[in-house]
Amino acid sequence: MTSVLHNRRTVLTAGGAVLATGLTGIPSFVRAQGLAPTRSMRGGSNNYLPGAPVVERIGAGGFWMTGTVRRAGDGAPLSGQRIQIWAHTTEGHERDPHSHGATLTDENGVFQLEMPQIVPAFGQPHGHLAYDSADFKTVFLRPVMRRAKDTSLEAHFILQPA
Amino acid sequence: MRWGTSILIWSILAIACAVPLAAAAMSPLLAWRQPVYIAAGFAGIVGMALLLVQPLLAGGVLPGLPPQRGRRVHRAVGWGLVAAVVIHVVGLWFTSPPDVIDALLFRSPTLFSVWGVIAMWAVFAAAALVAFRRRLRLHPRIWLRAHTTLVVVTVVGSVVHALLIEGTMETKSKVALCVLVLAATTKVVRDRKVWKTGLPPRPKTLGPDRRSGA
Repeated sequence: MTSVLHNRRTVLTAGGAVLATGLTGIPSFVRAQGLAPTRSMRGGSNNYLPGAPVVERIGAGGFWMTGTVRRAGDGAPLSGQRIQIWAHTTEGHERDPHSHGATLTDENGVFQLEMPQIVPAFGQPHGHLAYDSADFKTVFLRPVMRRAKDTSLEAHFILQPA
Repeated sequence: MRWGTSILIWSILAIACAVPLAAAAMSPLLAWRQPVYIAAGFAGIVGMALLLVQPLLAGGVLPGLPPQRGRRVHRAVGWGLVAAVVIHVVGLWFTSPPDVIDALLFRSPTLFSVWGVIAMWAVFAAAALVAFRRRLRLHPRIWLRAHTTLVVVTVVGSVVHALLIEGTMETKSKVALCVLVLAATTKVVRDRKVWKTGLPPRPKTLGPDRRSGA
């Protein structure tokens, strides 16, 4: 897994984040310093199958799972981090291995993976995401879609070193 | 009761139970579910329909089923309701074990699971009161209050559970069924004056005391 480097890009991005949050009242450097790690959501790890392969897309696609991965504390974007994604979709149940896939974050800490349309299961249209690699502590997320017809869903990770 | 009225009442009840089932059978979600998940969902809908039938039987308000006979059917339907709940939960467990374990342990992220599990335990307890009625030797009115309390928890829990779920049930027919279940339960419980203070003398025969009721 890529370790985090303080190169010019991350410093610039972090600087941009500081500027972006600068107008909210709290001194931005305090907020950035204190960026709390994301806690796992209840039920986030349900039907997790460790080691989902990195894929171009899951199944035939048509739905986008997007998000960001940043480091706790300074909020630096983390590149090359593997995010695993699974859901109940039009092409399979959460427990089906073919419903699982993984993707890597780009240099801005952004990830996006195309997957089949998520459909409501167990009462809510929701997806599952996992960060479960060596460098940072494991986090499981379970975001819920506002409407079942939505064709995208996002989730954001703030990770703390393992 | 006149013939026409009888037919009307039974027709309304049949429609109230059948329409939500038929509407759910047309849900697009079914295309993406395996049979055990579909069966589990429909067992839940059947359970909701039986929750509508139960108070009507207990209150003896259905034509052709006066209190004595109605209560016998009420008991049989009650066991059917317990079976529906068991099939619902077991079917969901086969579909996704961790989600059901979370629900049963009250650590699920979804609020409706909490209501559903509370309703499940309440209906099991209400059925247990029936099963152990003789052995418990409670005063009939105390027994009736306990049974009714558990039933009210079951009904409220099931209705909130169903309304919060985004599933195969079509919204309008689901809301209509829930309103009817609440209305029927409220009417029968009120008519029987279950919580009227003071205990009447213990009747000689076993069975819910109706003399002080409606």
